[in-house]
Amino acid sequence: MNTPNTPPDARAAGTGAPAGVAPGTGDSAASIHDIGYRNYTGRRLGGGYILRSLLVQTLRGVYGLGRSAKSKVLPMCLFAVMVLPAAIVVAVTVVTEASDLPLSQSEYVLTMQPVIGIFLAAAAPQAISLDLRHRTTPLYFSRPLERSEYVTAKYGALAAALFVFTAVPAVVLYAGALLAKLDFADQTGNFALGLVMCALFSVLHAGIAAAIAAHTPRRGFGVAGVIVAFTVPYFLVSALQGIAWDQDALGVTGWIGLASPGSLMDGIQATFLGGGSTFPGGRTPPLGEGAVYLLLTAALIAGSYFLLLRRYRKAGL
Amino acid sequence: MRDRSVRRTPHGSEAVSVVDVNVIATDGLGKRFPEVTALDRLTVGIAPGVTGLVGANGAGKSTLIKILLGLSPATTGSATVLGLDVAREGRAIRERVGYMPEHDCLPPDVTATEFVVHLARMSGLPPDDARERTADILRHVGLHEERYRAMGGYSTGMKQRVKLAQALVHDPQLVLLDEPTNGLDPVGRDEMLALIRRVHAEFGISVLVTSHLLGELERTCDQIVVIDGGRLLRASATREFTREAAALTVEVTDTDAHPDGTETLHTALGAAGLSVTRGGSSAPGSPRLLTVEADAEGAVQDTVRDTVAELGLGLVRMEQRRHRISEVFTEGEATEGTEAVPPQNAPATTETAAGRRR
Repeated sequence: MNTPNTPPDARAAGTGAPAGVAPGTGDSAASIHDIGYRNYTGRRLGGGYILRSLLVQTLRGVYGLGRSAKSKVLPMCLFAVMVLPAAIVVAVTVVTEASDLPLSQSEYVLTMQPVIGIFLAAAAPQAISLDLRHRTTPLYFSRPLERSEYVTAKYGALAAALFVFTAVPAVVLYAGALLAKLDFADQTGNFALGLVMCALFSVLHAGIAAAIAAHTPRRGFGVAGVIVAFTVPYFLVSALQGIAWDQDALGVTGWIGLASPGSLMDGIQATFLGGGSTFPGGRTPPLGEGAVYLLLTAALIAGSYFLLLRRYRKAGL
Repeated sequence: MRDRSVRRTPHGSEAVSVVDVNVIATDGLGKRFPEVTALDRLTVGIAPGVTGLVGANGAGKSTLIKILLGLSPATTGSATVLGLDVAREGRAIRERVGYMPEHDCLPPDVTATEFVVHLARMSGLPPDDARERTADILRHVGLHEERYRAMGGYSTGMKQRVKLAQALVHDPQLVLLDEPTNGLDPVGRDEMLALIRRVHAEFGISVLVTSHLLGELERTCDQIVVIDGGRLLRASATREFTREAAALTVEVTDTDAHPDGTETLHTALGAAGLSVTRGGSSAPGSPRLLTVEADAEGAVQDTVRDTVAELGLGLVRMEQRRHRISEVFTEGEATEGTEAVPPQNAPATTETAAGRRR
């Protein structure tokens, strides 16, 4: 250990003072004039804190907070577009003194799907793809953060961002309903169910979008991928359901509805959350079909998470 | 945190157990992929200080770093980092170790400060401490006003400094630097190497630095480990390398008086008491080159110059010889048993490397 050109390792030797700092100028004697290296003796927090920090940072990033003014424009505009109709609905309800909201929170989310789709198409690549494109992931995985924690934080952040996006209009509708002096118990019940819908919708859609974004690190591809994944199946389902209805094969519409995330949520909210179905003929899937809807949703969420985990196995370092 | 306090109390200044002496120790470490063997029974002990890990591209350096960080399980053998087992205690290792990747890893639209603060938090530092440590470490790596600008506009040298800063921000006990001088111009290279030297000398942090150039590590490292094809070629203190590297390559012209100038000089230098060989292992097949063993003081250079002048020959070149990986390989084979460590003698290696440090 006495090699001349090697200072004794301060830590191994147990002196505590950093090498290169003269004895006597330890931590306590440090002043503002001391620009030498200082060892970090403060707290080191665990996995929960790290995961939370990453989640919050990603969530803020999706809305452009802590980023340039330019990157705030799109998410904030979309947010305004998402909330404005709710405000109009409220205004109409109050002015016309209607006995109920023209559309429930769950229906509102389904109606606004195109806007949500655009938001997700912008948010998922921002939250997920950037680390892959700039190859920042090794800096995370070389830290005390497991792959599953990284995936949980990223997925969680995207789901939380989407929940905020969908739940704020729900809150506006609820506030409006109370303002219009509609039945409190009724409205609170609807609102609660609406929030459940928003949560389920967010977790499912964020999962699918995240999985797509994680596999398309290149700019633009993720945006296109997410939009295609949500719109094409939805329109296909709507068209097929329309045809089935035309042919008087109403029973088939439920099964066709399984084929897109949007119609999946539609079926679930109609069966379990007391909303009106937007399926042709306003048909509500019976309980058995609804259970299949729920199972498929759970499988899709688990599958998205698994795909994400697998994606980062290779991006480790 | 935990292990620091443990270290501080039970051992006095003479703390010497194998675990404490070596910041990294591998034992018969192997990594096989379906197509290739990336590491082959690697046994080496790395003492505190600055250690160079040298190998050509594909020699297994990156694979070794992945295993040491606990991110990739070894196929055979075992390894410890700071006394922690890589297979079971990867998370604890990653709390105490910093890593600087070889490739670009900086998002262009973020400032250095924001980026390093975020990564400090990813190492578990509370928000206020993360900010304070970031300001400190960016100053130490020489990034000043630039740290408030987006990193997309940085020069390669500045980017490398940010990459180094993020590896140091949580005050690790060991940093693994993967090709930190890559893409830098000669001045930038020297600055980076000086910075690496300071990381140990002033910050008290042990360093493992990889490079495919042995030459640039000679000045920076206390010890050097050379691997090739996943095998250990050699592990020894840098002094051993530089002593051998201190040789001159000399080339002279022929004159009318001396039709074979090279041979004339060979004889004259031999008569002056210098150890001279013709050809030289650094450039086999060049009969016009002489290799002269030299010491660091420069007396040999003077002798060569004077002798050449006396003989009236034209001095084409006289240069400090540089090692190449292939050269270490041949020499390693030649002096097997003293320097080269054949994988079979595995357990002896740790002893050897650690023993040299005393």
